[in-house]
Amino acid sequence: MRYAETGFNLEIDLSRGSIERVESDPELTEHFLGGLGTNAKILWDRVPPEVEPFSPENLLIFSAGLLCGTPAIGCNRTIVSTISPQTKLMAYSMMGGFWAPELKYAGYDKVIFRGKSPDLVYLWIKDDKVEIRDASHLKGKGSNETADLIRQELNEPKAQVASIGMAGENRVFFASIEQGRSSASRLGIGAVMGDKGVKAIAVRGTKDINVAQPAEYLALCNEVLEYIKWRNDNPVPGVMTILQGLGSPQEMKVHDEKWHTENFMWGNSRVRRRDFWNEGVAQKWAETLDTMRTRLISCFNCPMECGATITPPGQPTFMMKCFSKLTYTMAAFSDLDFGLKIAQRATEYGVDGFSTPQVMAFGLELYENGILTDEDMPGMPSDNEGRFYWLLDKIVRREGIGNVLANGTYWAAKEIGKGAQEYAHNNIKKHEQLPLKLSMLNPVYFLMYCTGEKINITQIEGQFPQAPYPKREHREAFVKDWFQVPDEKFKQYFLDWEPRGENSNPYYPTVQMSCDIVDWQERMHYIDDAVGMCAGLSSFPMKPPYHIHNYPKFITSGAGIEMDEEKLTQAAKRYRTLVRAINISRGMRRVDEKPPENHWKKRFPELEEKLLDAYYKFKGWNNDGIPTKETLDELGLDYVSKDFLKRGILTENEDASSDETSAEKEEE
Amino acid sequence: MNKKKKKTIKTIKVDVDKCNGCRTCEVICSAFHATPKYSSNNPARSRIRLIRDPLRDMYIPVHAGEYSDAECAGRDKYVIDGKEYEECAFCRASCPSRDEFKEPDSGLPLKCDMCEGEDEPLCVKWCLNDALVYEEREEEVEEDEQEAQEEMEIGLEALADKFGLEKITDAVARMGEKDR
Repeated sequence: MRYAETGFNLEIDLSRGSIERVESDPELTEHFLGGLGTNAKILWDRVPPEVEPFSPENLLIFSAGLLCGTPAIGCNRTIVSTISPQTKLMAYSMMGGFWAPELKYAGYDKVIFRGKSPDLVYLWIKDDKVEIRDASHLKGKGSNETADLIRQELNEPKAQVASIGMAGENRVFFASIEQGRSSASRLGIGAVMGDKGVKAIAVRGTKDINVAQPAEYLALCNEVLEYIKWRNDNPVPGVMTILQGLGSPQEMKVHDEKWHTENFMWGNSRVRRRDFWNEGVAQKWAETLDTMRTRLISCFNCPMECGATITPPGQPTFMMKCFSKLTYTMAAFSDLDFGLKIAQRATEYGVDGFSTPQVMAFGLELYENGILTDEDMPGMPSDNEGRFYWLLDKIVRREGIGNVLANGTYWAAKEIGKGAQEYAHNNIKKHEQLPLKLSMLNPVYFLMYCTGEKINITQIEGQFPQAPYPKREHREAFVKDWFQVPDEKFKQYFLDWEPRGENSNPYYPTVQMSCDIVDWQERMHYIDDAVGMCAGLSSFPMKPPYHIHNYPKFITSGAGIEMDEEKLTQAAKRYRTLVRAINISRGMRRVDEKPPENHWKKRFPELEEKLLDAYYKFKGWNNDGIPTKETLDELGLDYVSKDFLKRGILTENEDASSDETSAEKEEE
Repeated sequence: MNKKKKKTIKTIKVDVDKCNGCRTCEVICSAFHATPKYSSNNPARSRIRLIRDPLRDMYIPVHAGEYSDAECAGRDKYVIDGKEYEECAFCRASCPSRDEFKEPDSGLPLKCDMCEGEDEPLCVKWCLNDALVYEEREEEVEEDEQEAQEEMEIGLEALADKFGLEKITDAVARMGEKDR
């Protein structure tokens, strides 16, 4: 009997229209856990680096996490993995909502698409009955609209639907997959879904999910429940409001946007407006939010209310969460009223709320600077807000200049030329980043920006405070109940971290401390992404209910896989390394691992080199960021090292940095 | 003369304005009622169902009530705050008109038992947003002799149907012997 997981995947060949139910190998679960871990293994095995994102041989994998569907609170994530059309690297966007648990209840852990359907279709999964159905009548429909229509025509109000809008159908490189109250937005996986001719996947399940040790498992769940209650009553003092509690940043709840609007950049990530927030703005924005927000809502089996239903006057209701509240507003130098209204349309079109506003602001900046002209923008309105609506429509239809911008700022700049590259200034690995420009280099964030393979800072940061506390007594108070740390040394790192002087950025945390901190933060995200846990209850906030000490117990009693901290750490390292291996095989190297040039004003090239050298060594990668043969073999990934040697990515007598696999060991 | 007796009324107060639509109540209910306890979960076996339509802002947690072998002849619609609800959205019956409150494999009806043996129903305990709140109150009710008599006779009839009147009479006689 399989516990927590179902042990079955659906293999859908869209070219042939075939559907197979395939049992998965339990040993793979033990090595790669599930979710992102087993997705990476499948991509490594079946999608060689020669396969282009829009090739029929590319796979699109929808996976529930290992513990999704069990009573573990907040465990509801769907991990979607494929090759990104924008970065040409592995993409693993994730979404909360309700889809993954429903897939588990239907009896499957993953849906794996290959091939391409000649006509637009949708997949309908109801327990043992799985059908590929015609979706030609849904062409051009919005994502929410599609979900609604499918539920109606199937007469299945409880079906959970993941769908794409027009942007995905037209293969926009930042098209999202929308579902429930969440979306898998980053890296253009909606475009791959559209390329495969899949409009939606609807699922309804009525089967059981078993756990191995019921009493132990429930006791762990109850502990988490109690801790969430306690934590909700005891916000972390000394940090700004949105970082005090659990969950995603509570953007739908808060009215006070002073911090975001005055610290994040406006336009094409250009302008900081230090005196933006005043009483007039506060009052107007509060009115907007109170008028349009219908209800705070949650994902499956989670008490946090990170999302909201929003109903702009005269427009359909949509669901929103987190920082997309402000991305359109700030890109357009407009107000919240505009931001929420255009977000409704953008959600139906199915586009990423981070990249999209930035791409549009980038296009307008090119226009203002004469690089794009009236000839490129025929019929564009003269008012700023009108221009954003106009551009959005052009992009999702791939009409005129929209066809160029639909590839994101990196590829658009390349195609436009005439110095446009200077304006695509906020990318890492060809992917648009949060609009943040800061002063002093932060060594921990430097490493995360460089080496994060989700290529999105919010998917790797967390747990460790973003900035030092000014007073030692406050730091001492902070570490008192900080039991989530994997090692006591992290408390000392934080205690000694000062805002100014010797023990401050950029030289403190030291190189070695930075490696430790980044490794811990990354590890927790990777574990979440395999078990299907929302980062909002785990790797993202400070002092979360899930951590390295209780996760092994969850996996042991839930999935029946004997687990301890060391084994879990090793498993996470295994698939984290495999994600890197996939990207390395696709050409990613050290030279690609850098934050935007202007992310910090004060840069320290020598220190930055040292940081990257040390982190690579710590991770068991060579100086070009390639996992060494020793590292790969030790993790049981000898098939990767063999492939690397065959392809000449690694050579036999390389000076590998494997004698000391970790800085921790060096320290000892 | 009728005697007064105390009766505990168990109530789950449902505040739909506080419901965030997470379905935790369904998860823990189905886990609690699994055999062995908590060994599995499946919202399709839950004795509480969330009737949920976020885009229309509808969230109604309903607990399974009595089984009904026939569906209603006419079904009404209610408009509350501009939102149109089917009558079934509030109905607790396990009935032929819908899938709610039936075991998915056997089709047998499900009924909420307020999680017998626990301090409070687990759907309430796990609802951190207080959309579900457990209340107990004591009521004094007239003990109706007539009602008690009827109840006993219904029970006896059922036993007689099952085992035959003769066996029941014998059993009652034996019980009388023991008492003496």
